[in-house]
Amino acid sequence: MSLSPVEGAARAEIEPAADPVTPEEKSIVGRSPGQLAWARLRRDRTATVSGVVLVIVIVLALAAPLVSKLYGVGPDEQFSDRLDGNGMPLGYVGGITGDHWFGLEPRLGRDIFIRMIYGMRTSLFIAFAAALVTTAIGVVAGILAGFLGGIVDTVISWITDVALALPFLIFALAVVPTASLRFYGPREEVPPAFQVAVLIVIFAVFGWTSTARLVRGQVISLREREFVEAARASGAGLGHMLFRQLLPNLWAPILVAFSLAVPQYITGEAALSFLGIGILEPTADFGRMIFQSIPYLQTDPAYVFFPGVTIFILVLAFNLLGDALRDALDPKSSR
Amino acid sequence: MTRFLVRRLLSAVLTLFAVSVLSFLMFFGLPKDPVSGMCPKNCNAERLERVREELGLRDPLPEQYANYMKGIVTGRDLGSSQGGRCDAPCLGYSYVNSEAVTDTLARVLPVTLSIVIPAAVLWLVLGVGLGIISALRRGTALDRLAIGFSLAGASLQLYFVGAVLLLIFTYNLRITPVPSYTSIFDNPLKWASGLVLAWVALAFLFSAIYARLSRAQMLETLSEDFVRTARAKGLAKPAVYGRHALRAAITPVVTIAGLDVGSALGGTVITETTFGIQGLGRTAVDAVKAGDLPTIMATVLISAVFIVVANIVVDLLYAAIDPRVRLR
Repeated sequence: MSLSPVEGAARAEIEPAADPVTPEEKSIVGRSPGQLAWARLRRDRTATVSGVVLVIVIVLALAAPLVSKLYGVGPDEQFSDRLDGNGMPLGYVGGITGDHWFGLEPRLGRDIFIRMIYGMRTSLFIAFAAALVTTAIGVVAGILAGFLGGIVDTVISWITDVALALPFLIFALAVVPTASLRFYGPREEVPPAFQVAVLIVIFAVFGWTSTARLVRGQVISLREREFVEAARASGAGLGHMLFRQLLPNLWAPILVAFSLAVPQYITGEAALSFLGIGILEPTADFGRMIFQSIPYLQTDPAYVFFPGVTIFILVLAFNLLGDALRDALDPKSSR
Repeated sequence: MTRFLVRRLLSAVLTLFAVSVLSFLMFFGLPKDPVSGMCPKNCNAERLERVREELGLRDPLPEQYANYMKGIVTGRDLGSSQGGRCDAPCLGYSYVNSEAVTDTLARVLPVTLSIVIPAAVLWLVLGVGLGIISALRRGTALDRLAIGFSLAGASLQLYFVGAVLLLIFTYNLRITPVPSYTSIFDNPLKWASGLVLAWVALAFLFSAIYARLSRAQMLETLSEDFVRTARAKGLAKPAVYGRHALRAAITPVVTIAGLDVGSALGGTVITETTFGIQGLGRTAVDAVKAGDLPTIMATVLISAVFIVVANIVVDLLYAAIDPRVRLR
């Protein structure tokens, strides 16, 4: 028997549905809070659309080599014969043809569509990995700080303050080249996997604080609740208390924070590329593609348009899904 | 209240200390020979040695750190090639810029302040205003328009918006001049026209975030019991919304605003790069690229100071907005 408020809230929502006049047992369907949230999410049209968009993008990115095979163009193939003397793509709207759906890159003449698919794979992987790591660290730090209080709380909160006071971009700018130099000489080529790993670590070091703050606040308000007291009275250990009693009540804010963190890392990675410390050529990278395209705003607007609109839709879809998740997971939600 | 303030100040000092130690370790641990970036062009081995000596780079790290900190508090004597006596707050001498770091800061800090402060005023007024109005007019066309605006803004990036603004207003329509900085005391009109695009870009993106946040907060507050009670006892709508609901709704907005303004003051790297204006952020980036240690340290420290101070201001504002906080 559990006194956890998650189930309590779920029950409260089921009970009015059961008509007290007709004692038919089958009209009462027991649903877990997860099922309820899922049902609410499915009813939300915005959430469905943005969810479908995201799934399509993720599947395309994961299946990049397959897409490339079907499309008939590789990510590093150059079509120099389709560029004019200034390196600008021939034809209209950035060289869009039946073979090159989004046209060609100026200068290098690579296909924009397939570069975007491959670039998305890199960017989404970095963003998801960074969001996972930061959420995990943030949740553990936040739960410990909130539940144990006292000296642990003071120390963790103080570390959070310090991490917040460090200027992220400046540190990233210093760390990335330093790390590559430490592990690889100045002449050696740095493998893409290493560049990706460095970015994820940087995001992890700076990004966990907001989740930690969020979780800490939630835990502090849960700590004094009856179900925690009941667990303590029945002799539950610390691990049981933290991960069996508290964590299930925290999934909603954590999930929302996660879904809002992913687009932050996508744009964060683009910002780092903007300063010249993202993923290096020739690895396809979505963030770098956007910043590389901006100087062509006047001469080849199509090159700016396709990646720009794609990142806008991607980030928008993540934001909308995050909002919808928040509504769906909130037991008080009126929708 | 005093006890709270003292405790808060102490922890701020401790935070700044940690930041300074961390960045000192980090940047002096760069594999790039710090001297190569600091020595003026074409210098021989002998001169390099002298620079190393003057900078005290051969002292143990803790001693270097202690000297640096002493310089900030009391000032210190630098070698003759570094301009001799350096008064407190001494942040060292940059060989790359051939001037004392305090002079560099005095030059670039007003630039960043001129970008951030007007932009922050714009985005707070616009964002919070829009969020609250759309919460009060929930479900109307205005509300939907505001939601669309804030969603679009929250999903756009500054370098993108900035580039589009530049293309339209500076290069095609020629309404605004090429972004540049002029001191407000020399020519206020030129000051404003040179920075207006940066303000608009920053204000658009940030006000979108604030509109979203304050709308959500206001809606939540409006559904609280105390608002209904205030209405039920016959209080007029403006009094309920303005004095009761707004006060409760605004607190989380203040927290985020404090952090945002604080970190923006520490350097708006992306904005300054997009518009080609040399402020604190751009200076920091250039310093990291050139391995200019004194300038890096100074920029990191000053942006940390801004964030820490902003946090304290937020705490004080909290006490002013929410009387319950004063009990702490």
